[in-house]
Amino acid sequence: MDLGLILSTLDATLRLSTPLLLACLAGLYSERAGVFDIGLEGKMLAAAFAAAAVAAVTANVWLGLLAGLAVSITTAGLQGAAAITLRGNQLIAGVAINMLAAGLTTFLGIQWFGQGGRTPQLPVTGRFQNIDLPFANELAGVPILGQIYSELISGHNILVYVAFLAVPITWWVLYRTRFGLRLRAVGENPKAVDTAGISVIKLRYQAVLITGLLCGLAGAFFSIAQGSGFGNNMTAGKGFIALAALIFAKWKPVPAMFTCLLFGFLDALQIRLQGAEIFGIGVPVQAIQALPYLLTVILLAGFIGKAVGPKAGGVAYTKER
Amino acid sequence: MTEPVQNGDNQQRSQGAAASDLAQSDLAIELIGINKRFGAVHANKDIDLKVRRGSVHGIVGENGAGKSTLMSILYGFYTADSGEIRVNGTPHAITDSRHALALGIGMVHQHFMLVDNFSILENVVLGAEDSALLGPSLDRAKKELTRLAKEYRLDVNPDAIIEDVSVGTQQRVEILKALYRGADVLILDEPTGVLTPAEADDLFRVLRTLRDQGKTIILITHKLREIMAITDYVSVMRQGAMVDTLKTSDTNPEQLAELMVGRRVLLRVEKTAAKPGDTFLSVENLVVKDDLGVTRVKDVSFTVRAGEIVGIAGVAGNGQSELLESVSGMRDQTSGIVRLKGTPLSLEGDDGAHRARKAGLAHVPEDRQRMGLITAFEEWENAMLGYEDDPAYGKGIILDIPSAQAQARERIKKFDIRPANERLKTANFSGGNQQKIVLAREMERNPDVLIVGQPTRGVDIGAIEFIHNQIIKMRDAGKAILVVSVELDEIRSLADRILVMFDGHIVGEADPATATEGELGLMMAGGTDRKAPQARVAAEGETP
Repeated sequence: MDLGLILSTLDATLRLSTPLLLACLAGLYSERAGVFDIGLEGKMLAAAFAAAAVAAVTANVWLGLLAGLAVSITTAGLQGAAAITLRGNQLIAGVAINMLAAGLTTFLGIQWFGQGGRTPQLPVTGRFQNIDLPFANELAGVPILGQIYSELISGHNILVYVAFLAVPITWWVLYRTRFGLRLRAVGENPKAVDTAGISVIKLRYQAVLITGLLCGLAGAFFSIAQGSGFGNNMTAGKGFIALAALIFAKWKPVPAMFTCLLFGFLDALQIRLQGAEIFGIGVPVQAIQALPYLLTVILLAGFIGKAVGPKAGGVAYTKER
Repeated sequence: MTEPVQNGDNQQRSQGAAASDLAQSDLAIELIGINKRFGAVHANKDIDLKVRRGSVHGIVGENGAGKSTLMSILYGFYTADSGEIRVNGTPHAITDSRHALALGIGMVHQHFMLVDNFSILENVVLGAEDSALLGPSLDRAKKELTRLAKEYRLDVNPDAIIEDVSVGTQQRVEILKALYRGADVLILDEPTGVLTPAEADDLFRVLRTLRDQGKTIILITHKLREIMAITDYVSVMRQGAMVDTLKTSDTNPEQLAELMVGRRVLLRVEKTAAKPGDTFLSVENLVVKDDLGVTRVKDVSFTVRAGEIVGIAGVAGNGQSELLESVSGMRDQTSGIVRLKGTPLSLEGDDGAHRARKAGLAHVPEDRQRMGLITAFEEWENAMLGYEDDPAYGKGIILDIPSAQAQARERIKKFDIRPANERLKTANFSGGNQQKIVLAREMERNPDVLIVGQPTRGVDIGAIEFIHNQIIKMRDAGKAILVVSVELDEIRSLADRILVMFDGHIVGEADPATATEGELGLMMAGGTDRKAPQARVAAEGETP
């Protein structure tokens, strides 16, 4: 393999990791606060649709992004109301969100745009364009380091950078701020938080809304950054892979990044390997495509060790009389 | 202060003394006419309480007497329906815990309010952070902890993680949390329930230091021994009402027990001398390992004869639990034989306990909620738990539910289980009544051998008396009874023969009639006992 091939595979890795990472960090906030969220997928899908729809109509990418965020945060709030205020089953609330999003995006897509559930192709102004970092062109000629800078680091859309910036920010919030301390505490022992005179309900809503925000970014990445329009079920189960990554990373931000990069790399490799031949026999595309998922299963089952999540996760908090 | 009541002049005198000593300015806390109802339950009836600054004030009462409710009102968890709270002479309407903390009232809950995977420092800071950024708060807390450690001799390693430290240390963290928030009045709810005796002693030392430094301590407990050991004043509650407040030095456990229960209570069991008969249970060279593969019972041999109660004393964790589990068939033994009336019991495997029960060995496990009951079940279901295949409860795979419920009702009557409702969820019974459910189930099978672990752990004084009497009744019916308890008082009053367990060995045997607490304590701490042979002779000398 030459450097160019390696760089282009890694470049694809970054792109493919981005929505995973955003969704994974989204789940991290919610789950660290004690609210299990299997509705990441649904929130992303809803956000992807809203972003594409608005961007298609207005031809403005920022309005598209805002719409995506608004829909995702609203959905998260709805899920929060079910799981936190009404003390419903958190898994079922998440499943409901997933089903609602899958159905509603297709339905509205057909109703509004009449293209079999797809939104129209976005104009250039309706998409996030790739950003060339300063001196990218000038440094492209410098061997190795320059190439890495110009080909791998430079030239992504803004959401890629946002996703990777969100990692140190999340770490800082979790471990260096009052909000983070309380967030971690409320997922472990909400009673301790309550007796310390802090509102468990308010903290959990804050966490869930941050989850909505990050899911919104992830969803928008699919339809108005990486793609140029919404397609049916375009998140393709990435919300669930992100959940797996979250467990694999034991609910910690930096390991979450590396896990998402690993999963992204497997995905990139899969694309690269399509059509490859082993001993002169063509490997079926489906087998290659299944590779990342297969490896996910193996990694989760075999190498993760004991993954103990936030202790109070999945249980609604009931204040005593 | 209410008019002194019935209980003789000793009390009248002390009541007068306690009242006249109290000037208004000496009071840290004053509760006046507190009422609180939960639906139909009148949990606090017109409560008056005066707590003197710089004292340790005990509040005793049975479970459900309203102690915890009263303290929760003071701490702002509940709001009183009526009444007044005065802190340092000023009336306050305490609305939540934050408000109580601001007034200098801190609480150490029975179940610790700590985050297990946080460091001690983080737990102390949680909810009392100075600013949105954590760094400065943590720095200040670290300094403050060092100061508190010096002032009150409350040493902890601030960076240790809660789940790695002992229960005693965790409690220390709870106390530090309250002090860090500036508490002048510290409420402790049943603080020694989870502590080893040594840890409890350490807690009392800390509480004395706190008192001597001017803090006020309110101690909720149902253990009279603690009241006598540490408090300056004691208030007794019964069925939601404040019965009396006494100076501790003017009262005694018998009087307090009577005030708590409302009738005379025998703190020491009355029983006739044992008339031991044939050997029913014999344990020979038993060796048992725990889940981690550590040998916890080391070559233990003993016998229990018909018509006697053998008590195993010892500090918790010296192999008693494994011994109980092994003899009752719950845990496989590494080697050794357990004989019932001379026949070796087959106790191995998952159904060992079932075979043991079938053979006539009944077992009341030491942790009734984990091993003796399914608390989500209704009472009647637990009343037959483990015996469902008995013909009395139905034929084949069909349960005769009306019959099972009728039998449960009968036992409820016989064992005075309250509330008398076999359809009630077991979790809704008090600890004492849950214990009676288990005891009734095991005793009513009329086994030859009854093994009871911690017979009265978490049980009210009134129920303790009942349970002890039931056990003695069974002994007098010619059964062999083995009691394991970490409460030395209980072993001494109940047993006809005491075996002391230390580090997996039976290190000595004593006659409860002659052995002193000091001698037993020495054996429990692993000191060898030269008196053992004599004690054994004395015990056997009683047999006809």
